[in-house]
Amino acid sequence: MSDYQTHEHDVLVIGAGGAGLRAAIEAASVKGLSVGLVCKSLLGKAHTVMAEGGMAAAMAHVDDRDNWMVHFADTMRGGQYLNNPVMAELHAKEAPDRVRELEAWGALFDRTRDGRILQRNFGGHRYPRLAHVGDRTGLEMIRTLQDHGIHQGIEVYMEHTVTTLLKDGDRVVGAFGYDRERGRFRVFKAKAVVLATGGIGRAFKITSNSWEYTGDGHALAYDAGADLIDMEFVQFHPTGMVWPPSVRGILVTEGVRGEGGRLVNKDGKRFMFDDVPDLYKNQVAKDAEEGWRYVTGDKNANRPPELLTRDHVARCINREVKAGRGSPHGGVYLDIAWIKEKLPNAQEHIKKKLPSMYHQFKELAGVDITTTPMEVGPTTHYVMGGVRVDGVTQMSTVPGLFAAGECAGGLHGANRLGGNSLSDLLVFGKRAGEHAAKWAQAQKPSNINAAQVELAAKQALAPFERSGENPYQVQLTLQDMMQDKVGIVRTENDMAAALDGLAALKKRAAAVSIDGNREYNPGWHTCLDLPNLLCVSEAVARCALDRRESRGGHFREDYPDKSKDFAGHNTVIRKAPDGSMKLLREPIVPLTDEQKKVIDANK
Amino acid sequence: MPQATFRIWTGAGDDAVFKDFATDVSEGMVVLDAIHQIQAESAPTLACRWNCKAGKCGSCSAEVNGKPRLMCMTRLDTLDLSVPVTVEPMKSFPHVRDLVTDVSWNFRVKKSIKPFKPRKPDAPDGTWRMQQADVDRVQEFRKCIECFLCQDVCHVLRDHHKHPEFAGPRHFVYTAALEMHPLDTEDRLSHMKNEGGIGYCNITKCCTKVCPEHITITDNAIIPLKERVVDEYYDPLTRLFKVFTGK
Ligand SMILES: Cc1cc2nc3c(=O)[nH]c(=O)nc-3n(C[C@H](O)[C@H](O)[C@H](O)COP(=O)(O)OP(=O)(O)OC[C@H]3O[C@@H](n4cnc5c(N)ncnc54)[C@H](O)[C@@H]3O)c2cc1C
Ligand code: SF4
Ligand code: SF4
Ligand code: FES
Repeated sequence: MSDYQTHEHDVLVIGAGGAGLRAAIEAASVKGLSVGLVCKSLLGKAHTVMAEGGMAAAMAHVDDRDNWMVHFADTMRGGQYLNNPVMAELHAKEAPDRVRELEAWGALFDRTRDGRILQRNFGGHRYPRLAHVGDRTGLEMIRTLQDHGIHQGIEVYMEHTVTTLLKDGDRVVGAFGYDRERGRFRVFKAKAVVLATGGIGRAFKITSNSWEYTGDGHALAYDAGADLIDMEFVQFHPTGMVWPPSVRGILVTEGVRGEGGRLVNKDGKRFMFDDVPDLYKNQVAKDAEEGWRYVTGDKNANRPPELLTRDHVARCINREVKAGRGSPHGGVYLDIAWIKEKLPNAQEHIKKKLPSMYHQFKELAGVDITTTPMEVGPTTHYVMGGVRVDGVTQMSTVPGLFAAGECAGGLHGANRLGGNSLSDLLVFGKRAGEHAAKWAQAQKPSNINAAQVELAAKQALAPFERSGENPYQVQLTLQDMMQDKVGIVRTENDMAAALDGLAALKKRAAAVSIDGNREYNPGWHTCLDLPNLLCVSEAVARCALDRRESRGGHFREDYPDKSKDFAGHNTVIRKAPDGSMKLLREPIVPLTDEQKKVIDANK
Repeated sequence: MPQATFRIWTGAGDDAVFKDFATDVSEGMVVLDAIHQIQAESAPTLACRWNCKAGKCGSCSAEVNGKPRLMCMTRLDTLDLSVPVTVEPMKSFPHVRDLVTDVSWNFRVKKSIKPFKPRKPDAPDGTWRMQQADVDRVQEFRKCIECFLCQDVCHVLRDHHKHPEFAGPRHFVYTAALEMHPLDTEDRLSHMKNEGGIGYCNITKCCTKVCPEHITITDNAIIPLKERVVDEYYDPLTRLFKVFTGK
C-alpha cells in the first residue's frame, strides 16, 4: 500500500488562475460547502498573471453604441461560427457584471474622464471594449481574486500537482496528486471536480506559455472519459519577441497595436493593408490616416488592418518572412515609436500606456520601444480547444466533472478574440463554481477506489525505478516536432509524419527515468508531464489532419480556403474502450433565430 | 561558444553546498536560461521556481552574486563571467532544496491583514466613480508581483528574524494599497502598529532598491503609513478628538 494523505471537500477546484479562483469563490459562497483549491505553482503565479491587454466586456463606457449583441456577433465572427453560441451569448451578456464585481473586490482599472472604467481597442472587437490596467491587467485580476479569495474559507493546496482523476462508476469523485515540495501523495475526495488548468502551449517550441501549460486538465479529462472539442484550433499570437534567442516567444501585447503600433516589413512597407479578408472588408480603415483616427477614438473611423483577428495577422507576418521581406532575425517590425509624428508627448504616452512592454524590451532586448521598432513574429499562445462542456453549467460529458477557462472548449470556436479569455475566466469560472456546488449538494456519498489510487501511485513512481533517458530530451524533441509539423502552417504529409513521431515519442516517454528523490525534483515533474503533453499533441494533430480546410487558427497549406463541408461540425476527441484516440465529427450547436438576427444586424 | 561557470547552492539542510556547473553562453541569455540549460544538460533534479520568464510573476527570486534578483530578468551580459556567478536561494526564508525556499509565511501574513471594504456605491447601478489621478498612487503599489525580494533584503527579517512580529515591506505596500484605495473604509493602523511591527523599520530603503517593479516602497508606502500611525496614536489632538467623537 502506498502512503498518502486524504483530504475531503464538497467541491475540488484544480487550478488557481482566474477561472479556478473565480470558481472556488463562487462555490465557497454556498453556506456550509467545503471547497479545496489545488495549483502547481504558488498562489497568484498562474498564467493569468501574465495577461496584459485587458478583458472584454461590452460596458459601453467609451463608445455607447456597444452592447452585448455586438460583442456576441464579434465573438462568433472571430470564431468563424464554430463557437458554441450558448456560451458566446452568456459570455457577452454577463462579462460586464463580472468586471464590475472585480471593482467591488478592490481592482483598480484605468479610468475614463468621467471616472468610470476605461476601455481600449483590441483586434476583432468593433468598439473599445477591454477594461484594463496599463498592460498588466492579468496581474490586477489574479491579485484581486486571490486577495478576496483567501478570506472566503477556501482550503488552498499550493504547489500540488494532480496526476489522475478518481472515479466511482461513471462519476468523478476526486483526484490523486502529490505535493511538489516533499513529493508526498495526496488523495482529494470530492463530490464535484472543476478543472481550471489552463492551456497546452508547452507542446510547442516557440510559446508565450509557462512550464505549467502541459495540457494537464485536457489529459485528465480525456483519461476520465470526457470529450475534448476543437483541438485543431491553436492560437498563434502574431507578435512574440524573436530576438535575442532566449526570449523568443515571449508575448508582445496586442495593446501595442491598439495604441497605434504598425507592422512594417524590411522595406518599410505597411503590409497589412494588402490583404483584408472578406468578412472584415467593411470594417477596415482605407488608409493610415483613418487607422490613426480609429485608435485615437474617432467613432466614424474604421480600425487599422493591424487590428484584424490574430490568425490573419499571424499568417500575414509569416508570409512576409517567407517571402524574404522579414527583419534580420526572422520577424517583422512592430513600430509604436512612429506616433511621435502625431503626439507631442509620445515617449511619455508610450511608457504610461505600455509600461511592461517598455521594460521588457529595455531589459531583455536592449531596445527602447519609444524610439526603435520591435522585432516580432508569431508565438504559440492559446488553445481554443478543450474539454467539451455544457454551455450553461460547464459540466463535461462525465458526471461530476466540470471545466472552465482555457482548458474548456466551445466559447471561442476557431479563433479567440484578444481580451475574451479574461472575461471567459470570470463568466464561466463563476458558472462552473455555481453548478459544481449545486451538483455536489445533490450527491450521495461516494467511494474512493483503492485500486485506482494504488495504480496512480505506481505510475507516479515508475520514473525512479527505470533507467532510461532524461525527460528533458523527449520534451525538447516533442516541442521541435510540433512546432515544425503541426504549427502555424500545416500539411497532410507533415501531420502524418507528426503522428508517427508521436508514436515513437510515446515509447520513449514510457521509458524516461530520473535520479534523486521526491523532494522538489523538477526532473521527476517533467517525467509526469510528458504523457499529458503527448496526449494533447496527438489530439491537436489528429483533429488538424481531419479538418481539410483553413479556418481561424487552423491553416492548411494544402487546403488554403474555408470549405462549406467543414462549416457545420466540431471535431471531437474521445478515448475509445481499447485506449486508442477516437475522432468524431459532431454537428455544431445551432444558432437560435434570435441569435441569427443579432448576427445579421451586426454584419 | 563562450562558457560561464555558475556556482549554485544545491542540496537540502546541512548537506547543502555550492556546486560549480559550466554551460554555454549565448546572446541575450539571462540567469534563468543558464539554470534551465544546466537542468537539461547535467543536473535534471536542480530545483528552482519560475513561471513567466518575463518579470511578471515574481517566482524566480534568488540571490545572484549576493544580490536579490529575479533570475529571468538578470542578463548574463551585465555580470562578470570571468569568475563564477554565484546563485543562491533567498536568505530570509527557510530553505527547502537548491534554489527553492519556503515562502508560505508571507501568505499567512497577508491573510492576517483585513481585506478591502468598499464604501457604498456612488451610482444607482452599484458602481463607483474615481478619477485617474486618484488611482495612480495606488496603482503603483498594485504593480507588486510578490517576488518577496524586498522581504529577503530587509535586515529586520534577514538578520534579526523578526518574522512573527514584523510584516515586512511587501505587506506594508499591500496595506498602503488598501489604506489609500479611494473606496476603502477599513482601518488597519492598529494592526500595522502592533502585529505588523512597522516601528521596526528604520527606513534604510534597501527594499526600494531591490524592487524589480520599481515601487518606491519606503517613501510612498512605509513613510506615509508610519506618519498615519504616529498621528493616530501619538498625536494628542487626534487622541482628544477620538475621546470626544468615540471614533
Ligand atoms: C503573455 C500572455 C498574455 C495574455 N494576455 C491576455 C489578455 O490581455 N487578455 C485575455 O483575455 N487573455 C490574455 N491571455 C490569455 C489568458 O491569460 C489565459 O488564457 C488565461 O489566463 C488562462 O486562465 P485559466 O484560469 O484558464 O488558467 P491559468 O491562469 O493558467 O491557471 C491554470 C492553473 O491550473 C493549475 N494547474 C495546471 N495543471 C495542474 C495540475 N495537474 N494539478 C494542479 N494544478 C494544475 C496551474 O498551477 C494554475 O494555477 C494572455 C496569455 C499570455 C500567455
Ligand atoms: S526601509 Fe524598512 S522595510 Fe525597507 S528594508 Fe529598510 S528596514 Fe526593511
Ligand atoms: S514590493 Fe517589489 S520587491 Fe517587494 S514583493 Fe512586491 S514587487 Fe517584489
Ligand atoms: S519567471 Fe516570472 S518573474 Fe521570473
